[in-house]
Amino acid sequence: MPRRNDIHKILIIGSGPIVIGQACEFDYSGTQACKALRADGYEVVLINSNPATIMTDPDTADRTYIEPLTIEYAEEVIRQERPDALLSTVGGQTGLNLSVALAEAGVLDKYGVELIGAKIESIKKAEDRLLFKDAMRKIGLETPQSRLLTTVEEGLDFATKIGYPMILRPSFTLGGTGGGIAYNREDLVTILERGLDLSPVHEVLAEESVLGWKEYELEVIRDLADNAIIVCPIENFDPMGVHTGDSITVAPAQTLSDREYQMMRDGALACLREIGVDTGGSNVQFAIDPVSGRMVVVEMNPRVSRSSALASKATGFPIAKIAAKLAVGYRLDEIKNDITRKTPACFEPTIDYVVVKIPKWQFEKFPGAEPVLTTQMKSVGEVMAIGRTFKQALNKALRGLETGKSSASTNLDERLIAQRLITPNPERIHYLRFAFEKGYTVEEVFEMTQIDPWFLRQVRDAVLFEDSLQTTGLDSITAAEMRRAKREGISDNRLARFWDVDSLDVRRKRKELGVTAVFNRVDTCAAEFESFTPYMYSSYESTCEASPSDRKKVMILGSGPNRIGQGIEFDYACCHASFALQEFGVESIMVNCNPETVSTDYDTSDRLYFEPLTLEDVLNIFDTEKPSGVIVQFGGQTPLNLALPLKAAGVPIIGTDPEDIDLAEDRKRFGKLLDELQIPSPRWGTATSVEQACDIARDLGYPVLVRPSYVLGGRAMVIAYEEDTVRRYMQEATLYSPGRPVLIDRFLEDATEIDVDALSDTQDVLIGGVMEHIEEAGVHSGDSSCVMPPQSVGAAEIATIVDYTEKLARALRVRGLMNIQYAIQKGKVYVLEVNPRASRTVPYVSKATGVALPKIAVGLMLGQSLKDLAHLANGQISGVLPPKKVSVKSPVFPFAKFQGVDPALGPEMRSTGEVMGVGESFGEAFGKAQLSAGVPLPMSGCVFFSVNDNHKPAALDLAKKFAALGFELAATRGTAFWLKNAGLRVRTVFKVNEGRPNAVDLMKGGSLQLVIYTTTGATSFPDEQAIRRTAVQHRVPCITTISGARAAAEAIASRLKDPVRVWSVQELHGDAAD
Amino acid sequence: MPNTAILALEDGTVFQGRAHGARTVRTGEVVFNTSMTGYQEVFTDPSYTGQIVVLTNPQVGNYGATGADNEAAKACIEGLVVREWAEMPSSWRADESADQFLARQDVPVIDEIDTRGLVLKLRSGGVMRGALSTAGHTAEQLIEMARKSPSMAGLDLATGVSTKARYSWDKPLEPCSPSERIAPPPADGFHVVAYDFGIKHNILRCLASIGARVTVVPAMTSAKEILALNPDGVFLSNGPGDPEPLHFQAEQVRKMVGRKPIFGICLGHQIIGLALGGKTYKLKFGHRGINHPVLNKRTNKVEITVQNHGFCVDPDSLKDSAVDITHWNLNDDTVEGLRHRSEPLFCVQYHPEAAPGPHDSQYLFDDFAALMREFKKS
Repeated sequence: MPRRNDIHKILIIGSGPIVIGQACEFDYSGTQACKALRADGYEVVLINSNPATIMTDPDTADRTYIEPLTIEYAEEVIRQERPDALLSTVGGQTGLNLSVALAEAGVLDKYGVELIGAKIESIKKAEDRLLFKDAMRKIGLETPQSRLLTTVEEGLDFATKIGYPMILRPSFTLGGTGGGIAYNREDLVTILERGLDLSPVHEVLAEESVLGWKEYELEVIRDLADNAIIVCPIENFDPMGVHTGDSITVAPAQTLSDREYQMMRDGALACLREIGVDTGGSNVQFAIDPVSGRMVVVEMNPRVSRSSALASKATGFPIAKIAAKLAVGYRLDEIKNDITRKTPACFEPTIDYVVVKIPKWQFEKFPGAEPVLTTQMKSVGEVMAIGRTFKQALNKALRGLETGKSSASTNLDERLIAQRLITPNPERIHYLRFAFEKGYTVEEVFEMTQIDPWFLRQVRDAVLFEDSLQTTGLDSITAAEMRRAKREGISDNRLARFWDVDSLDVRRKRKELGVTAVFNRVDTCAAEFESFTPYMYSSYESTCEASPSDRKKVMILGSGPNRIGQGIEFDYACCHASFALQEFGVESIMVNCNPETVSTDYDTSDRLYFEPLTLEDVLNIFDTEKPSGVIVQFGGQTPLNLALPLKAAGVPIIGTDPEDIDLAEDRKRFGKLLDELQIPSPRWGTATSVEQACDIARDLGYPVLVRPSYVLGGRAMVIAYEEDTVRRYMQEATLYSPGRPVLIDRFLEDATEIDVDALSDTQDVLIGGVMEHIEEAGVHSGDSSCVMPPQSVGAAEIATIVDYTEKLARALRVRGLMNIQYAIQKGKVYVLEVNPRASRTVPYVSKATGVALPKIAVGLMLGQSLKDLAHLANGQISGVLPPKKVSVKSPVFPFAKFQGVDPALGPEMRSTGEVMGVGESFGEAFGKAQLSAGVPLPMSGCVFFSVNDNHKPAALDLAKKFAALGFELAATRGTAFWLKNAGLRVRTVFKVNEGRPNAVDLMKGGSLQLVIYTTTGATSFPDEQAIRRTAVQHRVPCITTISGARAAAEAIASRLKDPVRVWSVQELHGDAAD
Repeated sequence: MPNTAILALEDGTVFQGRAHGARTVRTGEVVFNTSMTGYQEVFTDPSYTGQIVVLTNPQVGNYGATGADNEAAKACIEGLVVREWAEMPSSWRADESADQFLARQDVPVIDEIDTRGLVLKLRSGGVMRGALSTAGHTAEQLIEMARKSPSMAGLDLATGVSTKARYSWDKPLEPCSPSERIAPPPADGFHVVAYDFGIKHNILRCLASIGARVTVVPAMTSAKEILALNPDGVFLSNGPGDPEPLHFQAEQVRKMVGRKPIFGICLGHQIIGLALGGKTYKLKFGHRGINHPVLNKRTNKVEITVQNHGFCVDPDSLKDSAVDITHWNLNDDTVEGLRHRSEPLFCVQYHPEAAPGPHDSQYLFDDFAALMREFKKS
């Protein structure tokens, strides 16, 4: 069956912002699908609200809409574009849900759009728990005993039948949101109430516990001719009970005999056929009882998933790309395997290495949330490592995590071993090692963890081997022992710690002994056929397959696992750097260890090294490739931290000199530079002791901003309004990292914050965007919505900003990108921070202006001037690029995943992703952005106010606006009194501690549609927290700043007046954006 | 007992590793298998007779060994080469460790070998003879032994591994877990005579599962003796070595074409090819794995197949014959299946009985049943 010629134009729905459970793996799959379909001559229309994606680049699809993923906006896109078909399976759960919604709303029928990939009936059969169970029973596959619950009473009744623990999964939620394990009646009621509420259909599936069973996932692909293959079996290191997104996973499956594996394979294929997924990739999860071998199907996703991205990276088999081709009629045997070039894609990859994925969690950002792993995913990113053996891969993955602490030096407490092993938690892997160090046996640890003994023995053997190394030393170690250590995956760093020497000494000695890394290829076929794709991982084997070219080449260091503050935006920049290098005729070499990304697609760069971003691993690649330059300024803090050591090791860093990057981060030297340039900044000081900090704070005057030096994403930052806060903060900080200085800045209250992204060749300076933050200074820039062009900044202030930016770029000899944060207080412009590197906002600025900033930056780093590259910036080499229309970027928060966490915004960044809204006015753009961020603003109903005294005049203006828009008003006593005095009709509502019904009750009852609740930030009262938490839980938009509330009022006004309208990126910026 | 082991190839390449399994020395053709599961089935597959097997999957031995997974009464490989060997098993199915299993059967194991490097060498240079010692031999001694060992081309190994006496088999496939569903045999029964050239137990189980009572006969059994048993069908098994020397067997097949339904697998398929006037040739490094795509031209569907062969039927040599080529290997366009245009005969180069590997092709046993049913009627 060749490609279908009856369809020409295909709509792809992306997955929207990065959230927990749905990250940049869908940028990877969506981008692959777009590329594959366009290569085949189809016209591709894309809708996705996330600007920080490669898929929303103007040349990925033919027509790209950065618009809200809602029925009305999608319909408008369909009305304008009239696609023939909709590919529903590459945009994650969001894309699938919107596809179903469009079908059910009759939009697809109305415009004659055919759903391809998976049909509605199949999606329903797979997603509806009861239909799924019936389908499985029909083909003889077991599922855990279960019942669909719609009330808490039904749950309690079911518990009397199957007992506890009971697994609860709300229907149609993402990444297991709202799910959990109930160990007793109390748990059951809590989890069930929340789950029923979060499920869009108010259903929760209760299941028999298969806790402790072995867990597997199979990635399955099928074509229209019913040819079907398994791409990869993945085994979870953590048994059932931990969400697979929160489990350490291993490919291929390690502890299944062929008989069991084939039973599972037969089951997966039967499942795919019964559900009726015609074409494309699906994922089927199984559990096996380690005692009896009984097997149950856990679930099935009829679409490309997070695991398929992992399986693609683990095997070299591009699932999304193939799935897209199958959806338009190709057969598996009609598609070639890219890697071998001559064999077809219709085969099952076999791998001759071991792949380990470890999730990355950030519970420290969510005080109040218990760091316990359950069936609801909580990790924000993941790292993958490839090794010749499990131990090698595990060790690599652990060092790829960049926890900032080595596993050995982690503070482990012997008294906690049992607890930390029994209850799954982010530190369990470290406690496993620790337990073996303390002499626990495999049997004992198995009793506590149910982790398969094969894995446990591997961990124990690694610990024992490391023990044996402690008795040797740098001088006495033999070549054979050194080779053995490296083959076990032990880093130079770790060896250096054992022997109390410097890691570079270990490296030197290792090379003297002739023990050097080689590179093996990921080739889908265990070397049976020649590979033409340089996709490599390091090992200490005998044959190196890297075969580097003698072309001019540059190596790009990626950003490692996603984390809050360092996510897809940096991968976007790295990918662009790679594309730009190729366009400039330079070979691009990518180094990264994040399996979710586009940068780790073997198709993105000329050469891909799937390796941890540590000094040792990067130097090994450098030794083999010998590139003429290394780019460190696109991948965020991870590569920047390596810049100075790499430079010291003789690696040529291109772009801004690492010394100058360092200068910008060194407060003392940088302060001096600002003085010389006569650029104002808030007064500041550094302290290493409590008393010193208090003295400085007193001297600066409260409020002050207190934070550690050298961190990204505002880790552990607070605004202190009085000495107590400073004292408490310093006590903790000195415990956490003794000796490291803490920065104390005078905090500029009620200032407007501005972000600037600029390009510089050390002489000319071109500003890509001046972004005005909607939330006032004090809210982390990554958590603030921002708008381009600025709405309340005067021409004089802009001129000052341009002037300061030019001065700073020249002074820091910036070659490439730089980001500056300014604050404007009472008309005066202050510099808050300068980062001579790509920032989080680069993709947003590129999308808003239609100018690809990273591409120009690469040209600059290769030695060209802005004048040489003017054609890439519409001829401009100075000043500020003019944005088309108004673009608003808004953050997306994971609060719904972390029960008990206060969602108030502050200086600590907590958003996981972002969206963009485009409009004729600020109101329209902001409204769209909020809609995309999942907090749709109400069009009518009641607005609840509770503001502090400073905000009361502003609140009055706002209340008048809302009243004029037809809203009712409600307020707490103080605020209500103020509003009533001004003649407004206001309903007075009790605070939580005053009596009932209070604001929380009203919200639960659905009588409040919008909450505006500001604080002084000094202290957070339980009342406020309760209100904000309830708002998150009941999805009532809750705005914690006055400026945010003003923006909301404008957005609502626009929504009531403006039509639903959409613009494609190509329409805004011209088809050839470059 | 020495802890080190050495594998030497005839070209002088030497690999050093750690010794496991039996402490002994063995020679054989060094071949690689790319399966990620099913090592025990590989160890006990008689088609590996005379071969030292390299497994590309780096972690081997993880789930131990169980009597249920044996494909013959004993291990048949000469030696095993792996990256990392698990001495302790972890599986509810395991009776013993894989190490105990091979040690008991006198098979040496070498691990900590750069198996990928070795495979790259075999892929580019073709299969080679080798010698594997876990008993303290020197590299020089082993290179010498490798060079003196017999070459696979022209070697008849099948008649050597064949059963010496007839026996019957009636044990069908059994589920490996309470969750495995296996269809019960159909009500009508068959009598199948199976030539044993190194037959795998799972072929016998699959035949029993289509309702056949199987009489397994030695490789030197004549057509006359078989026809005297008056079976409903004749089966030709897999087996080791070069098919070329098996003139006697090809001759017997020729005598039975059209007189009984015939089904052949692997070496059996090659013998049928020879019987019908075709020729066979040796592949550079063979097909050994469980992921080979094969296109069935009759259904136009692709099967993921299990393969284990170093020789192949030449399609050009069959141009004037009475058979159609029904199955093709999509990786390298080699012949994977034949079917007689007018007589009840078909055969495949690959292993529909799986063990190890996917069950995609088990329908061929049903096809054989259908063929016998139809023949019975006429």
